[in-house]
Amino acid sequence: MAISFTLNGKATSVDVSPDMPLLWVLRDTLNMTGTKFGCGMALCGACTVHINGEATRSCITAVSSIAGKKVTTIEGLSADGSHPVQQAWMEEDVPQCGYCQSGQIMSAVALLSKKPKPTDADIDDAMSGNICRCGTYQRIRKAIHRAASMQAKA
Amino acid sequence: MTIASVVNRRDFLKTGAAGGVALVIGFHLSPRAFADQAAEQEKKIPNPFDAWVRITPDNRATLILGKSEMGQGIMTALPMILAEELCLDWKNVKVEQAPTNPKVYDLGTGGSGSVAGSWLPLRRAGAAAREMLIAAAAQKWEVSPDTCKAANGQVVHGHPQRYLSYGELVEAAAKLPVPNFNTVPLKNSDDFTVVGHDTHRFEGRSKATGAAKFGIDSRVPGLLFAVVARCPVFGGKLASFDAAKAKEVPGVRDVISFETSGRGASTTGGVAVLADNSWAAMQGRKALVVKWDEGPAANESSAELHKHFLANAAKGGKALRNDGDADSVLSSSPKKIEAAYELPFAPHACMEPMNCTVQIRPDGAEAWVPTQAPQWAQGVIAEAAKLPPEKVIVHTTLMGGGFGRRYQADFVMEAAQLAAKSSGKPVMVLWTREDDMQHGFYRPASYHKLQGALDANGNLAAWKHFQTSTSIAAKWNEKPEEDSGLGEFGSGATIPYVTPNIRLEYTLAESSVPRAWWRSVEHSSSGFVVESFIDELAAAAGQDPLAFRMKIIGGDRKIPMFGNDKEPPLDTARLKGVLQLAAEKAGWGKPLPKGVGRGIATFYSFNSYTAAVAEASVQNGAIKVHRLVYAVDCGRPINPEGVRAQVESAAIYGLSAALHDAITISGGRVEQSNFNDYGMPRMNETPKTEVHVVMSKEDPTGIGEPGLPVVTPAVCNAIFAATGKRLRRLPIRSEDLA
Repeated sequence: MAISFTLNGKATSVDVSPDMPLLWVLRDTLNMTGTKFGCGMALCGACTVHINGEATRSCITAVSSIAGKKVTTIEGLSADGSHPVQQAWMEEDVPQCGYCQSGQIMSAVALLSKKPKPTDADIDDAMSGNICRCGTYQRIRKAIHRAASMQAKA
Repeated sequence: MTIASVVNRRDFLKTGAAGGVALVIGFHLSPRAFADQAAEQEKKIPNPFDAWVRITPDNRATLILGKSEMGQGIMTALPMILAEELCLDWKNVKVEQAPTNPKVYDLGTGGSGSVAGSWLPLRRAGAAAREMLIAAAAQKWEVSPDTCKAANGQVVHGHPQRYLSYGELVEAAAKLPVPNFNTVPLKNSDDFTVVGHDTHRFEGRSKATGAAKFGIDSRVPGLLFAVVARCPVFGGKLASFDAAKAKEVPGVRDVISFETSGRGASTTGGVAVLADNSWAAMQGRKALVVKWDEGPAANESSAELHKHFLANAAKGGKALRNDGDADSVLSSSPKKIEAAYELPFAPHACMEPMNCTVQIRPDGAEAWVPTQAPQWAQGVIAEAAKLPPEKVIVHTTLMGGGFGRRYQADFVMEAAQLAAKSSGKPVMVLWTREDDMQHGFYRPASYHKLQGALDANGNLAAWKHFQTSTSIAAKWNEKPEEDSGLGEFGSGATIPYVTPNIRLEYTLAESSVPRAWWRSVEHSSSGFVVESFIDELAAAAGQDPLAFRMKIIGGDRKIPMFGNDKEPPLDTARLKGVLQLAAEKAGWGKPLPKGVGRGIATFYSFNSYTAAVAEASVQNGAIKVHRLVYAVDCGRPINPEGVRAQVESAAIYGLSAALHDAITISGGRVEQSNFNDYGMPRMNETPKTEVHVVMSKEDPTGIGEPGLPVVTPAVCNAIFAATGKRLRRLPIRSEDLA
């Protein structure tokens, strides 16, 4: 049965098993591999996307549950890496291996949309669901503050 | 890390690639081996325009990367070296991963050895290309090459200046004789404009936009995704299986059983479910009914291993080093202390689970592999495909973490075995997090008994270190009994502290749990043990931990690495340099808030010098690390910002194994399965970390790993300073803090 939703602003329809997690629909059905598989149990945040603007773990989100909703992935943030959070990530040299960073960025963007000037405690709360095995947390924190000031000036 | 008694990384790979019994360890190349390697490369690279740089007529330069990028920043650091000697503007440079050609490129990425090993060869290659471009310009202008110089991708001559771009010159330049690599002039380091300057990571943009392609992102038309059921008990094998239910799962295309490869690549074998997508393959695996023959290891447990450790310690080990007479000094000394330390198995837990994509056709094979050892992968696939290695194209992809785990080829062999049975269809073997946690190659578990004596002046009168561990060498050596165990001590066999009496003893503890190189390898345990015990001695001597270390390191000298004359000696002046720098930047001796303690540690590993000062306290029954201040001397830093990033990373990696969970064994299998029972440090636990890099002019040495060995002892010593409690087993449990 086809399931329709909006993906990065485009009407999208897939014909897959309704219990298939959105993560695998993105990665294997639609070949959009920017969203990553880390744990399969919503423990690491590598698969984070936005559903109707909310940061959501796509690895445990059945595709049937997003019918009619708006999904944004890392590929949908900007066409050219110009989103302030992406810019801040590059400026602070956040990524090392980079594997978790799509999820980190999606969590950070969701945080900034709710709290344009987050405190360190806000960052702890919003970002502690995302694991980075390279331990780039300190740079993520700096990049979020940097993105916040870039957005404030914009 | 020692390479005495063991085979170096290249031999390891040669053996592995041949499919024979894989040997050993010590994949860190010594400087002499680097020199050998450099010499080898001189023979093998007749023309830098074939191997290292591609310049097109439109004046675009592409630098070739012969190492694998796993987060350590090598995709930036090595091209920086080439760009420097080539006088290229970094902003215009592109980087491309080298093809798998063992005749030209190196055999693997590990041991924090990429920059150290490539520094001179790449400078020479870049300089040779630059001289050839200059020579081509001089010929065109009919002037002496001595009157021309290279700058910003052009050759310049005369007054008023005239220019020829590299793009205009490359065709002629590539045909000129290649200068002698031993005599080609290298740039004066005072003129460096790229090396030594903070540089953004080359692939940073792709990693911030989701465009970066990791192994798991490989997509080939007709790709089948394979998820494998493996025997949960190490060394067990398949008894029987029923695939009927698995085949009913929509999207499942095939179910294939396969044997253990049992050789270098060391796969377990099992039952693979191949499907149109990863999810279907995972569901198919759940639906399999499998019976395992659990084999002889089914009763192994961490509890039994601990008893084994204690029994070994009670007996004492074979002496590996015996300077003076530590035993008699210890028995007669009025002031002596003793302490035992224990470390568990630790997993790499790369964020990108293991995976590999292989397609085998009758005339050749192609593979997309996130690997630290592409040449080995090529050999493994060639073996499974029954093809000569040159018929196997390996694309080395970006890796979502490596840390030593991706030096293995087990996942490559699995993919190759399945592809060989899939009639030419491409197959990706995809591990789940649970597979990754339970079928790793873990940092060895170890137990250490330390004894030390102080003389009347508070100097170190004797040092004795007994260790028993499930060594790496015993996992890989064909004759494990022939390995002395010295490699398990790492730099802990050569303490920088002056004492006339040193004794090291070792006993192997047998285990079926696979072990291999975890970030900083044996230094991760040695650093903890040695730097914790030195702190205990300082307290026993009633001295400040920093002052005590400075005193017993003593004067400036170079200490040969015990049992390993291929390593450069430990330079005590550089070690004291980082200790002092870290202490000064941390404000050593200045007051701290109530309940917060300050601890220090220093270590020499991968030929680099590291010191860390930690500020930590106990909050709600757990350790809170408030601040880390590092000083590192890794010779000339190529990209100082990259060096800082690596040290920040190693700190968190080290803390993961100190403050969180252990890999424990019960019933011959790993008890942990995912990040719920093997926790990771997260944002809210991250201390403020400062890294001070010594801007040395010595040749560069390792930095991917050296930040790790000092973090745990610095934190534990800080907790002692705060609470008076010594922490001697990892990971630290709340009862140890109560």
